[in-house]
Amino acid sequence: MLNFTLQRIGKAFVVIVGVIILNFLLIKLAPGDPAAILAGEAGSGDPQFVENLRRQFGLDQPVPVQLWNYLSGVLTGDLGFSYRNQVPVLDLILQRLPATLLLTGAAFVFSLATGMLFGVLAARHRGTVLDSMITTLALIFYATPLFWIALMSVLLFSINLGWLPPFDMETIGAGYTGWRRVLDIAHHLILPTVTLGLFYTAIYTRLTRASMLEVMGLDFVKTARAKGVPGQRIIRRHVLRNAVLPVFTFASMQAGQLVGGAILTETVFAWPGIGRLMFDALMQRDYPVLLGVFLITAIVVVVVNFITDLLYRVVDPRIGIS
Amino acid sequence: MHNTIRDVAYKGEISMRKVVTRLVTAAFLGCAFVTGAAVAQDSATPAAITKGGTLNLIVQPEPPMLIVGLNTQGPTLYVAGQIYQSLLTYDKDLKPLPQLAKSWEVSPDGLTYTFKLQDGVKWHDGKPFTANDVVFAATEFLVNAHPRWRLIREAYVESVTAPDDLTVVFKLKKPFSAFLYGFELSSFPIMPAHIYKGTDYRTNPANATPVGTGPYKLKEWRRGSFVHLVRNEDYWKKDQPYIDDLYFRVIPDAASRAIAFEQGTVDMLRGGDVEGFTINSLSSQPGIQTTTAGWEYFSPQMFLQPNLRLEVFKNKNVRKAMYHALDRDFIVNAIFFGQGKPSTGPFAESMLFHDPNIQQYPFDMDLAKKLIAESGVDLSKHPIRLLGLPYGSSWDRLTEYVKQQLEELGFVVSIQAVDAGGWLQSIGKFDFDLAFSFLYQFGHPAQGVSRIYYSDNQVQGTHAGNNGGFENAEVDALFRKAADALTDAEAAAAYTKVQQVLAEEVPILWIFDMKNTTIYRDKVKNPVRTAIGLNEPMDDVWLSKK
Repeated sequence: MLNFTLQRIGKAFVVIVGVIILNFLLIKLAPGDPAAILAGEAGSGDPQFVENLRRQFGLDQPVPVQLWNYLSGVLTGDLGFSYRNQVPVLDLILQRLPATLLLTGAAFVFSLATGMLFGVLAARHRGTVLDSMITTLALIFYATPLFWIALMSVLLFSINLGWLPPFDMETIGAGYTGWRRVLDIAHHLILPTVTLGLFYTAIYTRLTRASMLEVMGLDFVKTARAKGVPGQRIIRRHVLRNAVLPVFTFASMQAGQLVGGAILTETVFAWPGIGRLMFDALMQRDYPVLLGVFLITAIVVVVVNFITDLLYRVVDPRIGIS
Repeated sequence: MHNTIRDVAYKGEISMRKVVTRLVTAAFLGCAFVTGAAVAQDSATPAAITKGGTLNLIVQPEPPMLIVGLNTQGPTLYVAGQIYQSLLTYDKDLKPLPQLAKSWEVSPDGLTYTFKLQDGVKWHDGKPFTANDVVFAATEFLVNAHPRWRLIREAYVESVTAPDDLTVVFKLKKPFSAFLYGFELSSFPIMPAHIYKGTDYRTNPANATPVGTGPYKLKEWRRGSFVHLVRNEDYWKKDQPYIDDLYFRVIPDAASRAIAFEQGTVDMLRGGDVEGFTINSLSSQPGIQTTTAGWEYFSPQMFLQPNLRLEVFKNKNVRKAMYHALDRDFIVNAIFFGQGKPSTGPFAESMLFHDPNIQQYPFDMDLAKKLIAESGVDLSKHPIRLLGLPYGSSWDRLTEYVKQQLEELGFVVSIQAVDAGGWLQSIGKFDFDLAFSFLYQFGHPAQGVSRIYYSDNQVQGTHAGNNGGFENAEVDALFRKAADALTDAEAAAAYTKVQQVLAEEVPILWIFDMKNTTIYRDKVKNPVRTAIGLNEPMDDVWLSKK
C-alpha cells in the first residue's frame, strides 16, 4: 500500500511538471501578449509604453528563462503575479475557487443521486411507461447542449415564472448574513446546478439502468431470489452493489472536472467562479493566471484519480492494487 | 513661410487672444456659445433633486484593477471615474469645463498654461489634494505608467511647477493647439503623490484600496461579482453626490445583461453592454430613456485599413473603387442595427474641426468597377487576407459583407479569424493585407487622428500608429502646422486642407462613426452630461423617487 502510494505520488509529480511545461509552451504559441493587449485596450500609440510593460512582466527574457523562472516559482509554492490584475495568482484563484467548488460539487451530488435513482427505477420497471419516460428524457438531456438548457431554463423559471433568480451567486446589495445568506445562495444555486448536472444525470441513468439489467440476469441474483430474499434487498445489496462499478468510473471522470468544467454555466449564470477567471485570462493572455488555473486543474485531476484507484478496492474488493 | 501663414491667421484672432481666460478657449469653438445651455443640469431645479438611493450598473468586462493611472481601458474608467478625477472635463461640444481645476489661463504666446485648483479638495484618506499631486502626475506617475501622456510631455512640455498649493503651471517648449484637450480622466488621471511617490506603482500594496478625490469611494470589490462604491461624505462639492450606493455588477453574458435590465436588477446600460438588436427592443419599452451622447471626446471611428506596402493597394484608383463598393448605409442599418453613422471622412462628425465638405464616396458598384478597369490592375492576381475585428457577431457579419462586395469587384478574399490578441499582433507587426480597425479620436485631431497618418509614426508593436504605411509629405506638414498653430483659425485652415487631401488620397476607408447607446430608466436623472459620458463623476446624477 505504501509502495503503491509513493509510486503514484512520484508519477503524479512527473505528470504535473509535464503539464506545466506543455501548457507554458502552448500558451506561448498563441499570438499577441498581455502587454500588447493592455495597450490595445487603452488605445495607446506609445511603443515605449508597451516595452515598459513587457519588461515589468518579464516578457523580454528568452522563453526558456521565463519557463525556468515559472517552474522554480511553482516548486516553491509561488504561482506568480498576474500581469493584468496586479494581484498574486494564488489570491485570485483562491478567491474564485470556493464558488466553483460549490457549484460543481452540488452538480456532482445532484447528478449522481438523481442519475442512480432514475437508473434503478428504470431497470426495476423495465419495459413499462416509466422506463420509456426515463430513458427518453435521459436521451434528450444527453443530446442537448448545455447552453441551450441554461437559456431555456432561465427563460422559463426566471422570466416567465419568476421562481428562480436568473444569475448571480447571491442577492447583491441585500446584505444577508448567517442562515438567510445560506438560503439565498441555495436559491441562486438551483438553476446552475441543474443545468450543469443534467448531462451527467442522463449518463448515470443510462449506465445504471444498463448495468443493473445485465447483473439482474446473472445466476447469483436468481439464487438470491430462489432463497426468498426480499426484492428491495436484492436490488440494493446484490444488484446495485455489483452494477455500480461503471457508474463509479464515470463519476471519477466528473469529479476530475470539479475545477475546470463549468465555464459555460458560470458565464451564463454570472457565477463568480474559476472557469470565468480562466476564460478571461485566456482572452487577455494573462499567462500566469492561465497557467495557475491549469495547474490547479491538473492537480485536482491527478488527486481524484488517485483517490478513485484507492476507492475501487472498496467498491469492488476483487480489484487488487498492484 | 511659417510666419506668414501665422500672421494671416492672426488678423482675425489676435484681439481675442488678449483676454486669456477660459472663455477664450470656449470661444475657440465658435458654436460653443450657442449650445452652452445644453450642458446645464436637467430641467429640474435643485429643490426637486432627491437624495439617496442605490444605482445598479453593469461593468463589462470586469476591470482588472481600479487604479486608473495604471489602466485606462473602458471598464476601468467607468468605475474608477467615480473615484479619481482630472483637471478638466469637456462638454458635448468639446469645450473645456472645470473639474479639479477651477479656472485656467493660457499666455498669449501659447506657451504657459496656468491652472488654479479647487479649494478644500481632500483625498479619500483625508490628506489634502494640492498642486504637488498634479506635478507628480505630470512629471512622474503618468510618464512611467500612462499609455499616451509620455509622448505629449516629451514633445511639448518644458516644465511643470507648483508656485503655490493651488496653482500649477505647465510651460511648453512650443505651442500645441491640442494641449488643453488632454486633461480629462483617461488622458490625465491625477494620482495621490503621498501614496505613490518613490514606490513601484504597479506593485504598490495601496493598489487594492484606491484613494482618489472623486464623489465615491470603494467599499467592496468581490471579483467576478460586483464592485460596490459608497458616497464620499467629504466630497469637495457641497451636498454632493446625491446617490448613496453604486453597484457595478459583473454579468459576463450579453443575454443575461439584457434580462438584468428588463427585470430592473440594473438601472442603466452602458454602450456595448448589450447587442445592437437588443438595444432597439429594450428602448421601445415604456419608462426607458436612451442617448448616444457622451462619447464625443472619444468619437470612436471604425475603418478599413489597406496595407499600403502591398502593390495592389498602392494604386489610388483601387482604393477609391473599394470605397465605392461598400454600401455604408447598409452596414450601419442592417449589420449594426443603426448603432452608428457613415463617416464622411477622416475626422468623426463629433470631432473638432470636422469638415463634411470634402470628396465623398457613395455606394456605386458600377463606378467602382469602372475605376478598377481604369487602374489596369488585375485584382485576381492579388489575393488578399481580410482581418476582422473579434468583437462578436455584428463584426463577423461586417467582415463577410465586405468580402462579398470586394469579390464582386474582382478581388480574391480570404477571411482571417482572430481573437483580440491575434488581431493586435497582426496589426502591430504590419502583418495584414486589409484590416478592420478603429480609432479613438481623443478630443482633438492632434491627439487622436494625426497619429495614424504621420509618415514617421510607423512603429511596430502598437495598433494605434500609422500601421498602414501611408506616406505623404503634404499631410505631414499640414498636421504639424495645425498642431503648432497658435490660433484656432490657423489650425482649422490646416485641418480643412488635410481633410481634403486625405479624402482624395483615401489611405484608409473610413466606414462609420460608432455610436454607443446609453439606456437607462426614467428614474435616473442626468446620467450623461459631458463628452466623456459615463466616465464623468456621477456627482450630479440623482434618482427620482417616483
